Amino acid sequence: MSQKQSDVAILIPAYNEETTLSDLIDRLRSELPNCGIIVMDDGSVDQTAEVARSAGAVVLRLPFNLGIGAAMQTGYRYAKRKGYRIAVQVDGDGQHPPEEIHRLIEPIRQGADLVIGCRFLGRGDFKSPLMRRLGMLFFSFTISTLVGRRFHDTTSGFRAAGRSVIEYYSDHYPSDYPEPEAILLLCRAGFDVREVPAKIVERGGGHSSITAIRGVYYLFKVFLAIAMGTLRPVRRPGRENE
Amino acid sequence: MMMIDRVQLVSIVGSLSLLVLILELIRRGKLAERYSLLWIVTGAVLLGLSIWRGLLDNFAVALGIFYPPSALFLVGLVFVLLLILHFSVIVSRLSRRSRLLAQEVALLKEALREIQEGMGEEID
Repeated sequence: MSQKQSDVAILIPAYNEETTLSDLIDRLRSELPNCGIIVMDDGSVDQTAEVARSAGAVVLRLPFNLGIGAAMQTGYRYAKRKGYRIAVQVDGDGQHPPEEIHRLIEPIRQGADLVIGCRFLGRGDFKSPLMRRLGMLFFSFTISTLVGRRFHDTTSGFRAAGRSVIEYYSDHYPSDYPEPEAILLLCRAGFDVREVPAKIVERGGGHSSITAIRGVYYLFKVFLAIAMGTLRPVRRPGRENE
Repeated sequence: MMMIDRVQLVSIVGSLSLLVLILELIRRGKLAERYSLLWIVTGAVLLGLSIWRGLLDNFAVALGIFYPPSALFLVGLVFVLLLILHFSVIVSRLSRRSRLLAQEVALLKEALREIQEGMGEEID
């Protein structure tokens, strides 16, 4: 930790990811040697926190399981307090390749507020089950319609955020299945949100948190949240939530 | 004509005991005052309806309900629904607050760890 720290923080939400985490952290280290690596351990019951800590990551251990949204927000709060200029969201299961992170960071350095690594813009050949594809299409269509701009991959969790978004997300970040809603929030608050093609690979371990029954709840919750989000007054940067 | 019959007596005693129970819970600090308002109103309405039977009859007629006791069920049901909704609002607020607290705990534990390891250096 004696060498100069970079201004980039990698935020990794993890729930029982002990098998993939140490490998991921090693790869991140060799790809971005000086970046801060922060693992938000969302109340795991396995050795996630210990594995991440011995691999050299900062571990924010939540006392109980809060869900991906709240875990992610914890990371943003940490990044805000530590003064990081860029935060990159990377899944703990290794489906977001560290080599691709530079592609996300680059537009932020040039002034974008949020950059989404998109599966469907040409790089890599991401295959997923039909139902998931339909759900993804549905959200992308809904968000695109509401925002008035085409988004291709609103469920991708591979994202980079600039300082203003780090501050904004510290105060306002959706819970449960946050990805589509998190885009909507930013667009409505007037942030510059962009998509870049990114390679996303098969899961290295663990499995999707979205099972068949949860899928229905997922669709309903996100749709309701998006609908209510458009009816709600815009949350401008700088106002603390309760 | 305030003839007190058995049913009325039972319902007066019942709703009085409910009110007393509610007030006693507040007194002992088991029920917070801020959440007790709906309960007190519920108890008071039940008591009022059992003392003045004409009230229930008039209410039923006004709503076009032929059998007055079913108006009582309606009142009860509406109150119960309101109470449950009230609780859902409270539960949502509590879970939002506990989420914030849990996040703070995670951040504070990390900050403490940093201090303990004697490397509190900030990035610029």
